[in-house]
Amino acid sequence: MTWETVIGLETHVELATKTKIFCSCTTAFGGAPNTHCCPVCTGMPGTLPVLNRRVLEFAVKAALALNCQIARHSRFDRKNYFYPDLPKAYQISQLYLPIARDGAVDIRTGAGDKTIHIHELHMEEDAGKLVHDPWLGQTRADYNRCGVPLIEIVTRPDFRTAEEVIAYLEKLKETLVYLGVSDCKMQEGSLRCDVNLSVRPLGSGRLGTRTEMKNLNSFKAIARAIRYEARRQIELIEEGGRVIQETRRWDENKDASYAMRSKEDAQDYRYFPEPDLPPIQLSEDYLDALRAARPELGEEKRARYQADYGLPRCDCETITSDRALAALFEEVTALGAPPKQGANWIMGEVLGALSQRGMEPRDMPLTAPTLARLIALVGAGKLNRNTAVKVFEAVFDTDGDVDGYVAEHGLEQIGDDGLVREACARALAANPRSAADYRGGKEKALGFLVGQVMRELKGRADPQAVNAALRELLAP
Amino acid sequence: MELTKLTALELGGAIKRGEVSVREAAEAALAAIAARNGALNAYITVTGERTLDRAQALQAGAGTARSPLYGVPMALKDNICTRGVKTSCASKILGDFAPPYDATVVDRLREAGAVSLGKLNMDEFAMGSTSETSFYGPVRSPWDLERVPGGSSGGGAAAVAAGMGWYAIGSDTGGSIRQPAAHCGVTGIKPTYGTVSRYGLIAYASSLDQIGPLCRDAADCAAVLDAVMARDPRDATSLDGDYGRLLEGLTGDIRGVKIGLPGECFGAGLDGEVRDAVLGAAQVLKDRGAEVVELSFPVLEYAVPAYYIIAAAEASSNLSRFDGVKYGWRAQEYGGLEDLYRKTRTQGFGAEVKRRILLGAFVLFSGYYDAYYKKALQVKAMIKSAFDQAFRRCDLLLTPAAPAAAPRLGDSLGDPLRMYLSDIYTVSVNLAGLPGLSMPCGFDCRGLPIGAQLIAPHFGEGRLLNAAHAFQLDTDHHRRAPKGGDPA
Amino acid sequence: MKIDTDMVDYIAHLSRLELQPGEKRAMTEELERIVAYMDVLDRLDTQGVEPMSHVFPVKNVLREDEAAPSQHREELLAGSPGGDQEAFLAPRAVE
Repeated sequence: MTWETVIGLETHVELATKTKIFCSCTTAFGGAPNTHCCPVCTGMPGTLPVLNRRVLEFAVKAALALNCQIARHSRFDRKNYFYPDLPKAYQISQLYLPIARDGAVDIRTGAGDKTIHIHELHMEEDAGKLVHDPWLGQTRADYNRCGVPLIEIVTRPDFRTAEEVIAYLEKLKETLVYLGVSDCKMQEGSLRCDVNLSVRPLGSGRLGTRTEMKNLNSFKAIARAIRYEARRQIELIEEGGRVIQETRRWDENKDASYAMRSKEDAQDYRYFPEPDLPPIQLSEDYLDALRAARPELGEEKRARYQADYGLPRCDCETITSDRALAALFEEVTALGAPPKQGANWIMGEVLGALSQRGMEPRDMPLTAPTLARLIALVGAGKLNRNTAVKVFEAVFDTDGDVDGYVAEHGLEQIGDDGLVREACARALAANPRSAADYRGGKEKALGFLVGQVMRELKGRADPQAVNAALRELLAP
Repeated sequence: MELTKLTALELGGAIKRGEVSVREAAEAALAAIAARNGALNAYITVTGERTLDRAQALQAGAGTARSPLYGVPMALKDNICTRGVKTSCASKILGDFAPPYDATVVDRLREAGAVSLGKLNMDEFAMGSTSETSFYGPVRSPWDLERVPGGSSGGGAAAVAAGMGWYAIGSDTGGSIRQPAAHCGVTGIKPTYGTVSRYGLIAYASSLDQIGPLCRDAADCAAVLDAVMARDPRDATSLDGDYGRLLEGLTGDIRGVKIGLPGECFGAGLDGEVRDAVLGAAQVLKDRGAEVVELSFPVLEYAVPAYYIIAAAEASSNLSRFDGVKYGWRAQEYGGLEDLYRKTRTQGFGAEVKRRILLGAFVLFSGYYDAYYKKALQVKAMIKSAFDQAFRRCDLLLTPAAPAAAPRLGDSLGDPLRMYLSDIYTVSVNLAGLPGLSMPCGFDCRGLPIGAQLIAPHFGEGRLLNAAHAFQLDTDHHRRAPKGGDPA
Repeated sequence: MKIDTDMVDYIAHLSRLELQPGEKRAMTEELERIVAYMDVLDRLDTQGVEPMSHVFPVKNVLREDEAAPSQHREELLAGSPGGDQEAFLAPRAVE
């Protein structure tokens, strides 16, 4: 029998606000345990939540970019359950009237184009972090993450392969990063994904029993977990067994998932409208303003770079793979760098320098004016490409002054043809053997001579000019 | 001058004129507490030294103070958070919890120059109508030590009646200010929902809870509300308004004010003496120029079930945070996380609180949500519109505050449903978010106080207080003081 | 709607409360009476009535995204029964 895998995703995305969703504590990552906390986010008796304006704005921006229907009237609800990472014993979330529903995201895989439908998008608060302390034999609760704003994006069960899931997540991540609503760092947990998966005979119209997989910390883990779980379910059914609806935890080290001991046999979250937060009502003006303020997204940038700058598709993809890189490219171009030159520098030297340092593009010290100046000096013949790379390395970490560095180290390219000619003549006189070899037809000898001249001129000459001068002097 | 017999405004005037020092006032109240609290059990915590230090520190500003309540000693219900001072909700489960912050109402009172005497006893988590469910023992009525003071703000009502503080700050979720005020012969007002910040009030039922004062008379209530009513950015349900002018609005002139008597509030289930006293109050108001109209309030019988569904549902959620992990009391012996939760909560909450938590879990249970919780929210909407309709025909409603005078200690505990039903006149006011006031309007044959309730439309505190003030200009029920708790 | 001991067991579990057998019987009876009384609401026709969660038509109460200093950790932890200096302590939360 041929089996079909059916997958739906629940993605939690941390919003890049300065403060938490319901109090003024910072959302900064890290920090000593319980130092980014106040009576509100630690659930002290008597405290009350007040919604952060930017959380609403970011959620609506995301929903608009994911082509959702925005609810003009929305509200928060309480989801009640006991767990030590949830100090109020309820999570403020949205069940009855979420901020957005019915969106769509277009993805492209090797198998072609496809639309993934979004069931809903809602706002909620994050829970705290629990660490088991084997020394004490107890669990330590750190509430720094409590109340960090999240949006949860729930898709319909539209995925059939791991490739589709990854394509969707990459598109989602790119969109949210370009919108500036999240940094989507999986390693810091700011993008987290639960996978709902079932299998059914191909062509069946009914959904099979699904499992939910949690603890997927990378795209790679998601792809492996999907393949593993689909195979597990198919084998189970083929052996005459039945899939049980359960939550499974992915163990990346073992490359396998296992059923989590359910927190409670039958959960009932007893949702009801959050009485402490008045409802939200969005006006057309508000939505229009957010629509108008929407930045250009990755897909649009790639199309524009191809059309306006004639860059190859793969260059565009590399540059737009990161919002900070795309911004750097656009700024450098705006400062006069030829687009192809800008692209080459970014794809070559910039990415190289970043990877060497293990640095994210957005943390890069080098600024666009510095890179643009470097490109301009090369373009004007004031620096040769090799020297320019050395200057780049020298100024990268401090965003140093290019002109100052070139002057200080006397790196400016020798523009005086007379000087180059004299150096060439001296090199020929000092190396008669090589000169003779060249004249005798050994092209390689010229390379040696160019090297001698460049050395004498401390690399400051244009190698092309040296080459030409030598040929001229050696000409019969 | 017997200080404890003065009203808060009279004492505030004497302090301002330099006739009484703030410390003398505080000492007088502490002496009354020392003499009577043993019998009445109105206070859970008395802050003696701290109170006197505060009184001492305030003295220098007494002459130039702008607040008419400057230097006047008062007390707070023990569900209002006070930084560094035990706040227990009269529950074992909070242990010696000393909050790391002050409630907004505490901040505002401090700015008005209030001197706090301590924290007042109450029904555990404000769940009760008698102040008997406290972990710290029942409060007794100063009018009859064998009777309850009403609840849940019974400690505040008893303290104000017995001269152990000039006013009290209570909370009212279904009548918890108005009903004990009625049973103790004091004046209490629950203002419009959202006019006094709930930040720092330990929640029972968030959509119904409202802070308000219990005082010797309506003018004191006006002065306290002028100090505490304000929009608070920390409470998203708090409202903008034109606050701070209630006291200056007390003219006593109620000519032409239309007062509605809902027929349903004077029918079966109402004690005859209470009925006569409240109708007598209507006559007094009429004599001062008000117009009395009879009208119908047909949804009244649905208010109590709707109220208990909503209140229990919210309570079951609000009280889930008390689990022995973050603050308060933790069970001694437990086998693991789940057992810690269960043992702490089972041993830490009293019977009435557990009953309401279970009821709340039941009505919110997904299978029954529509049948109970959603239905109750629909009834709430209907009650609100019934009030809207009533207020098209009149300016104020007059009803009893409670069906009878205070019951005997222990009488209500055995029959929770009967206790719930005694809230019939007060709960609809909370469901609709309206201001409601209770004022002494007479005494029954046993000498127990009877209270009348006035209800106004949203933001109608001025109208409400002026009617009560007018009534008190022509009556002296509010001036009678009980003897209970006096040392023999 | 009938409340039986199974239902009471379940809501007690959801509420993390334990009831001794005798208590459970009494509680079931009390809740049954209360819930039976609440069924009076069935007599009221609420068809088409919008459930009212918030009594005032106040909307969009928002705060600015501006950070304020957090509270000192010692103060937040001062009353925690676990008695730790850095974290709230609970018995092992099994995963």
